[in-house]
Amino acid sequence: MDISNYLYLSVILFTIGATGVLVRRNAIVIFMCIELMLNAANLALVTFSRVAGNLEGQVASFFTMVVAACEVVVGLAIIVTIYRSRRSASVDDASLLKN
Amino acid sequence: MLHQSLAFGQTATPEAVQFWVLAPVAVIAALGMLFMKKAVHSALLLAWVMVTLAIFYIAQDALFLGIVQIVVYTGAVMMLFLFILMLVGVDASEALVENIKGQRAASILAGLGLGGLLLSLVARASVNQPAAGLKLVNQTGNVQSLAAQLFTQYVWAFEVVSALLITAALGAMVLAHSTKPAARNKQRDLSIARFRGKSLADAAGLPGSGVFAKHNAVDVPALLPDGSPAPTSISATLKARGDVISPTPFALEHTEEVED
Amino acid sequence: MRTSSLLVYLIALPLFSSALLLLLGRIADKWGHILATLITASTFVIGVYEFMKMHSQPSGSRAVTQKLFDWISVGTLKVDAALLLDQLSICFVLLITGVGTLIHIYSIAYMSHDKDRRRFFAFLNLFIAAMLLLVLGDSYLNLYVGWEGVGLASYLLIGFWNHNPTYAVASKKAFVANRVGDLGLSLAIMICFAQFGTVSFAGVKAGAHGASSAALAGIGAMLLLAACGKSAQFPLQSWLGDAMAGPTPVSALIHAATMVTAGVYLISRSNFIFDASSTARLLVVIVGAITLLFGAIIGTAKDDIKKALAASTMSQIGYMILATGLGPVGYAFAILHLLTHGFFKAGMFLGAGSVMHGMDDEVNMRKYGGLAKLMPITAVTFGLGYLAILGVPPFAGFYSKDKIIETAFNAGGIKGILLGGAALLGAAITAFYMTRLMVMTFIGAKRWKAGSHPHESPLLMTLPMILLAVGSVASGFLLSYGSALVHWLQPVVNSQSMEEGKPLMPALTVSLLALGVVVLGAFFAITKYRSVSDLAPEDVSIFTKAARKDLYQDLLNDKVFVEPGTLLTAGLVKTDDRVIDGFVRFVGNFLAATSDVLRKVQNGFVRSYALLMLAGLVITVIAVWVIGA
Repeated sequence: MDISNYLYLSVILFTIGATGVLVRRNAIVIFMCIELMLNAANLALVTFSRVAGNLEGQVASFFTMVVAACEVVVGLAIIVTIYRSRRSASVDDASLLKN
Repeated sequence: MLHQSLAFGQTATPEAVQFWVLAPVAVIAALGMLFMKKAVHSALLLAWVMVTLAIFYIAQDALFLGIVQIVVYTGAVMMLFLFILMLVGVDASEALVENIKGQRAASILAGLGLGGLLLSLVARASVNQPAAGLKLVNQTGNVQSLAAQLFTQYVWAFEVVSALLITAALGAMVLAHSTKPAARNKQRDLSIARFRGKSLADAAGLPGSGVFAKHNAVDVPALLPDGSPAPTSISATLKARGDVISPTPFALEHTEEVED
Repeated sequence: MRTSSLLVYLIALPLFSSALLLLLGRIADKWGHILATLITASTFVIGVYEFMKMHSQPSGSRAVTQKLFDWISVGTLKVDAALLLDQLSICFVLLITGVGTLIHIYSIAYMSHDKDRRRFFAFLNLFIAAMLLLVLGDSYLNLYVGWEGVGLASYLLIGFWNHNPTYAVASKKAFVANRVGDLGLSLAIMICFAQFGTVSFAGVKAGAHGASSAALAGIGAMLLLAACGKSAQFPLQSWLGDAMAGPTPVSALIHAATMVTAGVYLISRSNFIFDASSTARLLVVIVGAITLLFGAIIGTAKDDIKKALAASTMSQIGYMILATGLGPVGYAFAILHLLTHGFFKAGMFLGAGSVMHGMDDEVNMRKYGGLAKLMPITAVTFGLGYLAILGVPPFAGFYSKDKIIETAFNAGGIKGILLGGAALLGAAITAFYMTRLMVMTFIGAKRWKAGSHPHESPLLMTLPMILLAVGSVASGFLLSYGSALVHWLQPVVNSQSMEEGKPLMPALTVSLLALGVVVLGAFFAITKYRSVSDLAPEDVSIFTKAARKDLYQDLLNDKVFVEPGTLLTAGLVKTDDRVIDGFVRFVGNFLAATSDVLRKVQNGFVRSYALLMLAGLVITVIAVWVIGA
């Protein structure tokens, strides 16, 4: 099997995640889709690391994970706050920027 | 395989077998996550995708990342997701009717376009050398080598990221902290309110679920003395989720339909 | 070179006091004038102390410096904020702080009825600080800061009573005329930097020896332009008469004794430039000679006592400028005349102020007459100043003005005769108009307005007048006894290096000649103005009319500069409105119309924005794809 198959998998997962962000309305699901995109990117990084024969890719992947964790924590806190005031987790309800 | 120009080198057969088994499952799980009506199901499918990726990491000589993926992502982050779902998303089954005109079609088009382009880019990319592999680098162990990188060359980035993590934790606390607008009602206050109310119907408290019914689960309404089900005996949360079982099969004779 | 840490206080003290008085506002109304006066007096004390120390040193090592901080350090341009006190600056420091203190004291009484007296003293202190910075700066750039500072102070003080639109316009006129001169100074500084890579006096002096004559002439001409602006020399002199709108102490301090002499300081300070460029020197003497006659002629026709004195100032500074153009020894005589003039002209302005104080702010001399009996101290101190400006021995002006006339005659050839003749003629006209002023004010019949009660001024006003009168009498003798000032200034302006040419005529002849024309001029004035009407006659000769109109300089400025300038501005405004604004408005309208369409994209849905982002990403990937293909 060719190693590039990991990259194809990564691209497919990334695309699914991106599409999910656009079509789903539940903020939590959107968040999960973002996590999926990040994970797909991580898979590509790990594969690159293996191809290049050094650990730079893995280090980058590690930092991505940490930043993703931060993002989840803050993002979910925001969702909780929005939910508390609007009783809804749909991103379409948070459209006060309109007009 | 697809393109000979991408001469990354071949994997050993066991890894290939593992890939061809797990990769389609991961893609299917990811697609399932996209289409699931309930957020909880999506979360579980995502957890599955993450575990699959962890296996791929380990297969690609990234032992540390694989373990971290399971512990941090599947363990901590996904649990956080589920926790928040429990907190806010009990009615989180969203209507799948799109309300922005053309959004869905455009999204799918853009997604397919992006996927196709990226796939073709990967297919076209060429590295004129075979995969180096990590055997040499991981001689002293993957964790040790990664640590050596992290704490020498990337120590500054590491510190900055740690500061980011602390900031995020503080930010989450500030955001999630809510000040109650009024003092919370004590049991005594609630009791007084019941007795001072218009009617004394609820003075003795609400009926528990399943009382007098043939089944005493939390999702089965209690039966009133006349045999009719008592809607107030079911938690509002369960009703909102639609997880209420019709009491008809468990009712005594002469019961009417439970109004949902 | 010796250093002294005291120099900074000369500037810092008045600056601080000025800021304090302005910031504290009405709180300082009660004691502000006293603080300001004490501060100025303390700078005088510092000046005297520095003078004593300087005097005890051998002549070659008298200059002291103080570096304050690195001011500008850009590439090769390094300018320190540093002060330099040498033999030339100390003359100015003593004049500024000494006369300044006296005028502060005078102003306490003169301004006592003004509710804005505190503000007045704050501006006066600001002026003192800026003027001291001007004479203490060790580079042209430091000088420039002070130069602009005195311009600002002058503007603020001329327009001190700016509720009167005429006065406000006068201050604006002074400011604009000064700006023209300032342009010259900044150009001179730029040429210096371009030519020598430095703007410090020492650096420019070192570089001036090897510089091209064109560059030196350019710098000299620009410096002369600056001097013309600040010192009211031809052709930028028109603002000085209007500057008399300011309170009289201001006219005495700024527009007679100190600020207007800054041009003389600038030229003396830049002696190395002018010594090396005969072209620049020629320009200087021409400007000086024209102005001394110009001012004197204007002075003969003015009925406003302050404007007459202003014309006289213009003319006397013309003498100084003329002297600075006459080579090394001329600098010393210019400074000598500057110092004596500082005494007698300040004294006369204070006298004029005293007269106005007694005559309910009447400035028209035709409404005066016979005041000597009622204001004896004013009359006597004014009279001593009068004798000094006429150059009657042994009063101060005799020592300074005669030397200038003599040096002018000795300039050699036709040039010498022309310049000497102009200076001599100027002396005669000076005698004429000063005598006219004296006669119309203090002697003759009373022509007062009904209800005037002239009276002598209080001690606070007369005391400075008396002290300045003493200076008018004695300063000339003291400063020129044994060529004291010439020797003193030798290390700075090289004043003794004059080549010993054969003088055109002996000094005694010049003095007698000068005295002769002065007596002649005074005699004419006495016979003509023994009795005057209280209204200016209308059927006068064309020359008198011209002189009354400042020799049509304002008219000329209007026709040559202001009207074409106004037309140009109007054209520019029209262009701006039609072309530039039109384009800008087009862009605005275009954007507004486009935005109206694009606004609909902003529907407020996060997912729509995300879709746009993804679409952008797709386009980017396509671009990568195409470029990489």
